[in-house]
Amino acid sequence: MKFGVVIFPGSNCDQDMIYVLKDLMELDVVELWHKDHDLQNCDMIILPGGFSFGDYLRSGAIARFSPIMENVIEFANKGGLVFGVCNGFQVLCEAGLLPGALLHNTNHKFICKNVHIKAQTYDALVTSMIEHNQVIKVPIAHGEGSYYADEATLKKLNENKQVLFRYCDADGNITPESNPNGAIENIAGVCNEGRNVFGMMPHPERASDAELGNTSAKVILDSMLNAVLKFI
Amino acid sequence: MTTAPETTLPTYETAKKLGLLPEEFQRIKEILGRDPNFTELSIFSVMWSEHCSYKNSITWLKTLPKKGPHILAEAGEENAGLVDIGGGLACCFKIESHNHPSALEPYQGAATGVGGINRDIFTMGARPIAQLNSLRFGNINSEKTKWLLKGVVKGIGDYGNAFGIPTVGGEVFFDECFNINPLVNAMSAGIVEVGKTVSATSYGVGNPVYIVGSATGKDGIHGATFASEDISAASTDKLPSVQVGDPFQEKLLLEATLEVIATGAVIGMQDMGAAGIICSNSEMSAKGKHGMRIDLDKVPTRQANMQPFEILLSESQERMLIIVEKGKEKLVEDVFDKWDLNCAIIGEVIEGDHLHYFMHGEMVADVPADVLVLGGGAPIYEREYKEPAYIAINKAFDIDSIKIPKDLKAVAKHLTTHPNIASKHWVYDQYDSMVGTVNMSTNNPSDAAIVNIKGTDKAIALTVDCNSRYVYADPETGTAIAVAEAARNIVCAGGEPCAITNCLNFGNPYNPEVYWQFVHAIKGMGTACRIFLTPVTGGNVSFYNQSTDEGPVYPTPTIGMLGLLDKENRMSLHFKQAGDLIFLIGESKDDIASSEYLFSFHNIKHSPAPYFDINKELEVQQVVKELIKEKLIASAHDVSDGGLYITLLESAMPNNLGFDIDTDEDFRKDAFLFGEAQSRVVVSINPENVDAFVDYLSSTNIEFTNLGIVSDTLLFIDGESFGNIAAAKDLYDNALERLL
Amino acid sequence: MKYTAEINVMPLKAILDPQGKAVSGSMKNLHLPEIHDVRIGKHISLEVEAATKEIATQKVDEACRKLLANPIMESYEFEILENAAV
Repeated sequence: MKFGVVIFPGSNCDQDMIYVLKDLMELDVVELWHKDHDLQNCDMIILPGGFSFGDYLRSGAIARFSPIMENVIEFANKGGLVFGVCNGFQVLCEAGLLPGALLHNTNHKFICKNVHIKAQTYDALVTSMIEHNQVIKVPIAHGEGSYYADEATLKKLNENKQVLFRYCDADGNITPESNPNGAIENIAGVCNEGRNVFGMMPHPERASDAELGNTSAKVILDSMLNAVLKFI
Repeated sequence: MTTAPETTLPTYETAKKLGLLPEEFQRIKEILGRDPNFTELSIFSVMWSEHCSYKNSITWLKTLPKKGPHILAEAGEENAGLVDIGGGLACCFKIESHNHPSALEPYQGAATGVGGINRDIFTMGARPIAQLNSLRFGNINSEKTKWLLKGVVKGIGDYGNAFGIPTVGGEVFFDECFNINPLVNAMSAGIVEVGKTVSATSYGVGNPVYIVGSATGKDGIHGATFASEDISAASTDKLPSVQVGDPFQEKLLLEATLEVIATGAVIGMQDMGAAGIICSNSEMSAKGKHGMRIDLDKVPTRQANMQPFEILLSESQERMLIIVEKGKEKLVEDVFDKWDLNCAIIGEVIEGDHLHYFMHGEMVADVPADVLVLGGGAPIYEREYKEPAYIAINKAFDIDSIKIPKDLKAVAKHLTTHPNIASKHWVYDQYDSMVGTVNMSTNNPSDAAIVNIKGTDKAIALTVDCNSRYVYADPETGTAIAVAEAARNIVCAGGEPCAITNCLNFGNPYNPEVYWQFVHAIKGMGTACRIFLTPVTGGNVSFYNQSTDEGPVYPTPTIGMLGLLDKENRMSLHFKQAGDLIFLIGESKDDIASSEYLFSFHNIKHSPAPYFDINKELEVQQVVKELIKEKLIASAHDVSDGGLYITLLESAMPNNLGFDIDTDEDFRKDAFLFGEAQSRVVVSINPENVDAFVDYLSSTNIEFTNLGIVSDTLLFIDGESFGNIAAAKDLYDNALERLL
Repeated sequence: MKYTAEINVMPLKAILDPQGKAVSGSMKNLHLPEIHDVRIGKHISLEVEAATKEIATQKVDEACRKLLANPIMESYEFEILENAAV
């Protein structure tokens, strides 16, 4: 079992993800350079957070055309597991692997702070180990993280249980006040219809290390690992 | 060799316009043995500007302690100080100002300040792991201040966030003296393996000189000179001095630079900041005791037809100069190709000690490297100074002239919502404080930011501190307090203070009263650094922080301190549970001098620095260290701006707890609650540790007072309710945003 | 009279445009190497009420100078169109 973390120029959460997977969870992880065309037989591809290509034009818009994305798209279309966090989520939306788009936060500011999220489906691979109604404290750090999808798409997302997470308060109530960025219906993460491509704005890798005083989101990475084990 | 003939050589008039003094122009002629051409003259003008030469400050800076057991690179030796943190690792850290660029264009000014300080770190081979900043603005109610604040914060955020290094700490202070001239000081700290650092040097005849990174444009030409002039209406005409930062390019440059160093092909490297290529060329050549030949037409430019002096002086961001071992060019070029960065050979190391600049085969400048640089031939001046008249007024302050207000709850509310005290989360939420997954203070707040050194049992503690008002009140004591407070913050976080970097923001050094502030600040800093065993590893001096309209800013020697801790000793500032006892360590005083309370509640602008006894301070810190090591306390938070009340509130808020305390009737109640007398720390203690705590404290010379207990949600002082924690937190958390 | 102003704000030629530079660089990934020197500005459209086209021009110019463009780093140009009578 092998995880591949794609490194775009400007990725800056790549090493954080690798640290959790490799050093804390002792998994086999390789770095995939954006100019390459080789996914090195990985079982799951992770697009990390950061500012690929400076987030110029639109977040993720330029990275989506990096050479390796041709292979990632092909891999995903064949049912391969792909997980995008923050900038990685933006890249996946730009690439059309996930529905919707990430708009500027409604306050037009970059926001970095702990927020709370709640899983909205427990039969997705990255939420399978989360307990029902469990509130996860996890950081966000983005300027363009306000999830948007048109009405028809939204309807489909809800019907197909493609909404992975919604922002909530510390007690688990999904309220307008607990929505940090104006995301439609408080959506913090979604998956595709085939349930093999996942994206979320919050950073689970930042809430997985006991030394930082919060391991609330490690359950997401544990679920992911569990999923890969089952999948392969 | 002779330089290309010019039709007319510049006169002193031109030299004057470039900011050179008559005696400096004379010296240039003596050094060259002839009249300089314009290119050469502009070289001298930037290299001998205050910004590059420290000509008006170096005499005093040399009195600061530089040596310490952990210091690997002393002040002035490298781009930034280097401190051994054990385990084969070193921490490289520095603070720098970007005040004048930020006053003109806050967004880009602040952004490029962040870029510059990080390049200083990674040009030495260290990977930056944490950033801090120290910001000062004018009256928050003015539109100009709001514009500056929003621009600066967004600039720091956009640059630092994209670059991908967490901003872990900082300070923001408002006072009318900064209305025109804000202070923007940025600090960065990086980690490198001992012995794997790279020097800013150049040697080995025939070794190629590379310029890498961004192309060179007409950015900030004469910027260094600009930085050495007063801001007045006239300087808004010099707008090309504004540079645009590209954090994406900087991130690529960081990765490429560290990869290139790992190839072993690098002889020396320096980033290009103020005064561009000429500064890097001369400093590297002077250090390596070699000459250099540079073909300026080989420098990749962003604009056509750039003049030699423009290429030499350009301050375009995100560039590096690298001297490579001949024969290893391919190793270097492959790395920059991988990262899609410009990489061009522009010259080579030569015999001798001269810098020879060519344009299309013709020599356009010929100058000796050594005479240009600090520590070489750059001028050094001793300035006169005299005590400002206001100092006597400050000393005459008498606390008895201040009546104790009847309604202390009103004072508490005033302070809780004052922009100098209220939460700065509106600011720091815009900074990525968690990228890198090393910030240990996110979920456990502490007086200094604790940054994890992954894979070791160590962490570093970082803080920036300076209360400009104390320094204005009494530069020597005020600066000593800045060092002491930084050390206290490190100690309260469980660390051991190691070293400091400083950013010295003052007015015009030719004003004897301003220079008096500078001299006494340095004296206070020297004394304190010797007491706390924190040598000065470097930093920067920013003079001319003033406007012709409003006079100099408050003298602000910002202290950036590095501490080291064993992770098992880390300490947080917040109360843990109701029922824990609250103690004050240190001496209460009938003192409200220079407090926020006196300044903004009573509107008394003249008073001395707060009470401060440096030896007592050291003892208090040693006691706190011991308490942490013996695991006798549950929290530690030092008493600073806003006094004891604010300290208690800040400890109570994170876990939504309250406190129930009694004041000491031997002291004025306002002084007890809101005075800012130094060397005090509030700790909370689990009841089962109280006996051991009291036994230990009784064995020391340090005063300690049982203030009361941590309670559920309510705030009580002498049995009187000061409301509940939710209400206080709402005031504290939202005050700044409400003002903006 | 009502006029519409179509305003283009561009980074000054002399100033680095990091965004344009990154987009230029990406063109080879799109197999469009013929495209280079991308510069990215913004388009603003607004309506202005004024007695004459000259006055409308003055007002828009003032708005550009004071707010819409940052003259330190951006240039602007605009076109004023008379709104068709309803």
